[in-house]
Amino acid sequence: MSKYLLNKFLFTVDRDADLLERYRADPAEFVNYWEKTYANRILNCLESERSTWQKLDDKEREALVNRDYVALFGLGAHPFLTLTLFIGMFERDYPEPLSFQLEYAARLKHFNLPYPDIET
Amino acid sequence: MAKLVAVIASTHHPFYYRASTTIGKDRPAFADEWVRKVEAFRETLTKARPDLLVMVGSDHFHQLWLDNMPQFLVGKAPFYDANFENEHREFGLPRMFMKGQEDLSAYVLRQGLDAGFDLAFSNEMRIDHSITCPIITLRPQNDLPIVPIYTNIFAPPLPRPYRFVQLGRLIRQLIESWPADKRVAVIGTGHLSLELGGPRQFGPHGPDPEFDQKAIKWIATGDIERCLDEVTLDSLHAPGNATHGFMDFMLMMGVAGEGQKANYVDTYDLFHTMEAYFTWYPTGIVK
Repeated sequence: MSKYLLNKFLFTVDRDADLLERYRADPAEFVNYWEKTYANRILNCLESERSTWQKLDDKEREALVNRDYVALFGLGAHPFLTLTLFIGMFERDYPEPLSFQLEYAARLKHFNLPYPDIET
Repeated sequence: MAKLVAVIASTHHPFYYRASTTIGKDRPAFADEWVRKVEAFRETLTKARPDLLVMVGSDHFHQLWLDNMPQFLVGKAPFYDANFENEHREFGLPRMFMKGQEDLSAYVLRQGLDAGFDLAFSNEMRIDHSITCPIITLRPQNDLPIVPIYTNIFAPPLPRPYRFVQLGRLIRQLIESWPADKRVAVIGTGHLSLELGGPRQFGPHGPDPEFDQKAIKWIATGDIERCLDEVTLDSLHAPGNATHGFMDFMLMMGVAGEGQKANYVDTYDLFHTMEAYFTWYPTGIVK
């Protein structure tokens, strides 16, 4: 399991409006594309100097394809990254300010302290 | 020698910009009082007549990333662009541009390294809302050069709380020994109890009002000793999963000094989090 790679997905998509819209439009196709294109890219290195070993496991891939922020929280993905990306994708579909954020909190209600460890 | 003319510790609330600039029926009910409080707080900085600002904040996974994560980082550049696309998207924050006080950055790095703090540095840094929010609230004309200092309160493993206090003490020593005829203010922003991306987020108050009351008392009275007794990396999970940002307040207590009562204290209980504003005048009250 790699919390780092989950976070890398959230980080690279949250900061890029084009990637965010592609993830919103077709998550299965996009996660597949991202894993091939971005998973091994070292962000401050040349394309030819990619890593060779980064790979999502089945649970992580499923959580991303299902855009399941509850599962991502359980897997120890960084909660700030998950929150900002999902606000960016879905807040627009909710009529009232904060209604997406409050639904998000309610769906996580079954988590008690200590929360899943986010250390990478 | 330079003079430390004001020490300011504040929460940074990225929604202030939008709340304070929205007019008409969409203006939130809490905005007018919030603006009033922020403008009164701003006056405490204006009165100190600073020539430059040392700004302590924390990157929120904007430029800094897990493949290369510094614990404490000093910006050393002649200029800084600021705010990121996803901060514009979520908070409506505008792009900003700031001048850097590069000679003080160099001094802090050289002297800090020699004093045993292995500070990282950046020669091209894009600043995020942890530093632009206090520019917007405290110095909206954005006319003073800055030295940005980032701490890692965000991506564990984190430094322990006492290191933040020690860094605060060091920053003060370095400013007071900087051979320049300048008036320096230090502004640092953090959080009281805060939850982001967890079940306690966006409640009617901060997630742990009891912690907030204790924290305000520690800061207002400069009670570093008790604060360090009670606050650990583990204990900060209980008040809310983003409460490690409180360590930036602890850093500012280090700048202000043990037992130093704040000259100005104000708070504002908002949805989601408690706002808190503190000012110390190390060289005496400014009239």
